[in-house]
Amino acid sequence: MEHYINLLIRSIFIENMALAYFLGMCTFLAVSKKVKTAMGLGVAVIVVLTISVPANQVIYSLFLAPGALEWAGFPDADLSFLSFLTFIGVIAALVQILEMTLDKYFQSLYNALGIFLPLITVNCAIFGGVAFAIQRDYNFSESVAYGMGSGIGWALAITLMAAVREKLKYADMPEGVRGLGSVFITAGLMALGFQSFSGISL
Amino acid sequence: MSLKDYLEKIEPDFEPGGRYEKWYALYEAAATIFYTTGKVNKSTTHVKDSIDLKRIMIMVWMATFPAMFYGMYNVGVQANNAIVSAGATLPDMWQAALFTLLGGQLGADAGSLSLFFYGACFFVPIYAVTFIVGGFWEVLFASIRKHEINEGFFVTSVLFALTLPATIPLWQVALGITFGVVIAKEIFGGTGRNFLNPALSGRAFLYFAYPAQISGDAIWTAADGFSGATALGQAALGHITDWSVNDAWWNSFFGAVQGSVGETSTLMLLLGGLFIIYLRIASWRIVLGVMAGMIVFSTLLNMAGSDTNPMFAMPWYWHLVTGGFAFGMLFMATDPVSASFTNKGKWAYGALIGFMCVMIRVVNPAFPEGMMLAILFANLWAPLFDYFVAQSNIKRRLARVSK
Repeated sequence: MEHYINLLIRSIFIENMALAYFLGMCTFLAVSKKVKTAMGLGVAVIVVLTISVPANQVIYSLFLAPGALEWAGFPDADLSFLSFLTFIGVIAALVQILEMTLDKYFQSLYNALGIFLPLITVNCAIFGGVAFAIQRDYNFSESVAYGMGSGIGWALAITLMAAVREKLKYADMPEGVRGLGSVFITAGLMALGFQSFSGISL
Repeated sequence: MSLKDYLEKIEPDFEPGGRYEKWYALYEAAATIFYTTGKVNKSTTHVKDSIDLKRIMIMVWMATFPAMFYGMYNVGVQANNAIVSAGATLPDMWQAALFTLLGGQLGADAGSLSLFFYGACFFVPIYAVTFIVGGFWEVLFASIRKHEINEGFFVTSVLFALTLPATIPLWQVALGITFGVVIAKEIFGGTGRNFLNPALSGRAFLYFAYPAQISGDAIWTAADGFSGATALGQAALGHITDWSVNDAWWNSFFGAVQGSVGETSTLMLLLGGLFIIYLRIASWRIVLGVMAGMIVFSTLLNMAGSDTNPMFAMPWYWHLVTGGFAFGMLFMATDPVSASFTNKGKWAYGALIGFMCVMIRVVNPAFPEGMMLAILFANLWAPLFDYFVAQSNIKRRLARVSK
């Protein structure tokens, strides 16, 4: 159990998707104007990462990994060259299914998330989470913890970012850095704060 | 002609259309040191008190004096101890040469005045560089962007200079304060608009860019051939086992230990800190929050215990007197701009700093001291705490209205 908690904490704080790896930047910078929408998007990312990382892990270990097709009688097959293609397909399909499920059963949440839900397909934090989990040979339960942790970390980062930006609404910036320029600088300064965790080994 | 008449006589030159209109920011900054502005409000709201940002900032600036002067004296004491008892020599730096040139001498019989003078030879150039370089950026931005030169810079500059070790190269001082003033503050429009503490951002920049000159064992004492770990450094290696209130604790409390210039003496910092708390410039909620967060978490770690990590055993009263904890708690965390604005938010913000400081010191082996990063990290959370407090207030009031 301790192992999984460590994994969770590490992926939330030390290897924060947004502020340590700078993944998922497009949505991180674009959808962080308001705390409320940022939190909604954050929850959606948590859900998608928690499902898609273990799902892809299962598919990889059953079909794609070198020698994985032994159960079907192809012990020499190595389909790992298909892995990126498969991952992105699986993520897209998952987001579609999630969208339809929410539309049918959780109408209010579906409306709150709006356009951000389909956008998650192309969020590189999701793909990064999947690729990292495969690269590090996580097993099924490890990839659940890792997926959930990276999702929470990313959601936390975008929520903090949105709160800072709501405060900076009143800032009087020089013309050149207004808009996206200042957001990049803000993200960089936030990463400075998140340096507190670098170096912790769990 | 009185000074007031003179200032009023030259004022038109600095106003739009005057000969020196570009220099208005400088004129305004100088004139308001002596007199409050003669302008009055034209509408129905009137300000009756003459206390303004300038007076507040100068109070904070003065509150750092005990720690600053003691710090300079302590730089001399530490160097002298190293030279007398550890066989170190005067460092090959121009500051030490200046000290000798002006007739100063260290040795077993050096008086406290010459010890103070030795420290001043190191600290005054640091502070001067901070002030000139930082002031240059401040005036440049104020003149071009047509806002007033803000006295917040007095505080930023002195706090930044006090967090540096005496031996730091001066070009790094210039770089650090440039980062702090330009990137962390002026980019967002100057004092009151930034979300990170400018002095600490500048220091953090130096800390990650040039770690060799701002961390480690060799840089804290201004003497050659001497290397000594700070209390936190020794504790991390497990060299301290006696955690009672002993002589070493009292030394730490009075400040006769190595460290950055302004951070060593908890007593002097408390003097200045209580002064600004009394003036209600610093928020007591934040200070108590930091204390509470630190005491609770370090006590928890004491009880949990660890066989491999000696820092687990460090009690709260040691956390209080070592490193930059007192300095950060009283002068950095209480910066009203980068802290939470709401009262409840202030408690949460303070507690987060205390918790994070202990967390970094104990759990993170990469950094022996955690106060700087803890405050920068909490700065990121301050707006979110405010957001939640505001939301819960809105919810409560809505409930009251709709009843």
